[in-house]
Amino acid sequence: MSATLEIRWHGRGGQGTVTAAKVLADACLSGGRHVQAFPEYGPERAGAPLRAYNRVSSKELRMHCPVMNPDVVTVVDATLLDSINVAEGAKEGTAFVVNSPRDPKEIRQKLKIGPSNKVYTVDATRIALDCFGRAMPNSPMLGALCKVTGLVSLENLLEDVRKSFGKKFAQKVIDGNLEATRRGFEEVKEG
Amino acid sequence: MAKVVAVTGNEAVANALRQVNPDVCGIYPITPQTDMMQRYASYISNGKVDTEAILVESEHSSMSACIGASAAGGRVVTATSSQGLALMWEMLHIASGDRLPIIMPVVNRALSAPLNIHGDHSDAMGCRDTGWIQIWSENGQEAYDNTIQAFRVGEHMDIRLPVMVCMDGFIISHSIERMEYLEDDEVKKFVGPFKNLFPLLDLEKPKSYGPLILTDLYHEYKKAQHEVMLKVKDVVLEVAKDFEKMSGRKYGLFETYRLEDADIAIVILNSAAGTTKDVVDELRDKGIKAGLLKPRLFRPFPYEEMAEALKNARAVCVMDRSDSFGGYGPLFMEVSSALYQLKNRPALINKIYGLGGRDYLPSHGEMVFNELAEIAAGGKIKAYKEYIGVRE
Repeated sequence: MSATLEIRWHGRGGQGTVTAAKVLADACLSGGRHVQAFPEYGPERAGAPLRAYNRVSSKELRMHCPVMNPDVVTVVDATLLDSINVAEGAKEGTAFVVNSPRDPKEIRQKLKIGPSNKVYTVDATRIALDCFGRAMPNSPMLGALCKVTGLVSLENLLEDVRKSFGKKFAQKVIDGNLEATRRGFEEVKEG
Repeated sequence: MAKVVAVTGNEAVANALRQVNPDVCGIYPITPQTDMMQRYASYISNGKVDTEAILVESEHSSMSACIGASAAGGRVVTATSSQGLALMWEMLHIASGDRLPIIMPVVNRALSAPLNIHGDHSDAMGCRDTGWIQIWSENGQEAYDNTIQAFRVGEHMDIRLPVMVCMDGFIISHSIERMEYLEDDEVKKFVGPFKNLFPLLDLEKPKSYGPLILTDLYHEYKKAQHEVMLKVKDVVLEVAKDFEKMSGRKYGLFETYRLEDADIAIVILNSAAGTTKDVVDELRDKGIKAGLLKPRLFRPFPYEEMAEALKNARAVCVMDRSDSFGGYGPLFMEVSSALYQLKNRPALINKIYGLGGRDYLPSHGEMVFNELAEIAAGGKIKAYKEYIGVRE
């Protein structure tokens, strides 16, 4: 990992993408690291495409602008692959983590990217439905991202998911999200 | 012991206000400030503070209520943005003219029309002549630290003036960043108990605020207001020194970054200064002597100190995130006035960037530094004022 890791999230309003970026920032605080999490604000509507960003660094983060050349692109809603170019600004080695039941090779063809770019898929919506009965793919996506980047241990991440969801939700929902995060971590596939 | 957290700028400033626990808070929501006052209202409802909330029907009323509460003898805060600050305008003069130390975080946002909710500095720059002290902040940490220090500055017995603490809307107010909170008791001790000066509610000694003064003494009254502003710099530095002892974080009238031996320099406020520091480092790695100056205290403006800091640069660009249409950007006008007093001055240009939340990117900073390098090498200035980052 370079000194600063930059992540760009693509999701749709109402999928918990911004929450996921916040939880990741919290989880990455450990070890004295510097973090940023910020969404691109527009009119906030359920279903509308949105972007959110993370920066994680061992150095103080002074940059206050969107991530232009991400190290990791996380696509929380695969239907976005048909409507926007999620590979915009991708560089050598940029990794893609996509919520999809399909094989990473199929997604790779859609993305038009180079051999240095890795593509990972995880069926995050399915996992979310299995674990807590709602199509909220953010927690399994967090698990998958955590596996791909190695930014934090699964235990740390689960602790922060528990803290973050604990403020708002019933125990059953929290447990479901913890299980979904774990499964996202375990089931993400590289191709 | 400091507590490390990952929070938004709004959350950080709301927490600073909670730690100070003022007597009265005027509350009226406006994007992007809303979330700060919403959090503060929760502190009130949950008994975390014993502030009296005054819920009002407009920002004009909010500032009016704050003026009344402050004159009555309370420690008073409110917060606003954009149109809200514009609507307060006439009351801002009354707060400063009556010498009421009201503390007001301003989450900087563009002004209508056209309607825009994003960050630029038009709101606070539009009230730079209202007699308020203005302190500007690069990130959430600075907004938090500046809010705490603002109480000591505004309430200082030699000063007694209202203070605005500015931070960029959305870019800072809604971004989560790592920062350090001070302990509640540290903040309480640092700010100290509120000291009254001529409270209206002291019924033993009746007094009046804001009476009619015509041609006999109005002129002298305003001169006194100017003179008290001249004392603010020293108090800001004294408070910053105490703050550094407590927190380890150093503040001045402005911040310089690799400026001492710089040939070319950018003067820029708030969040964009952080982005520009990264650009400065990249250019320095290539052997280009670039530097930066980020103003902190904008009112009163530290003219002599800034001229001293910039005098050795050969070319300087002042970047404004607001405009005085038909004139130069407001920050440029101040820096220009500061430098005019020098015998040998750097060449000076003005760029307008980032209005209505348009992204300020490292490439913009690079472009400006490249132009400055050409000017420093004897090239001609093509335009004294120019908009950058414009869509073609």
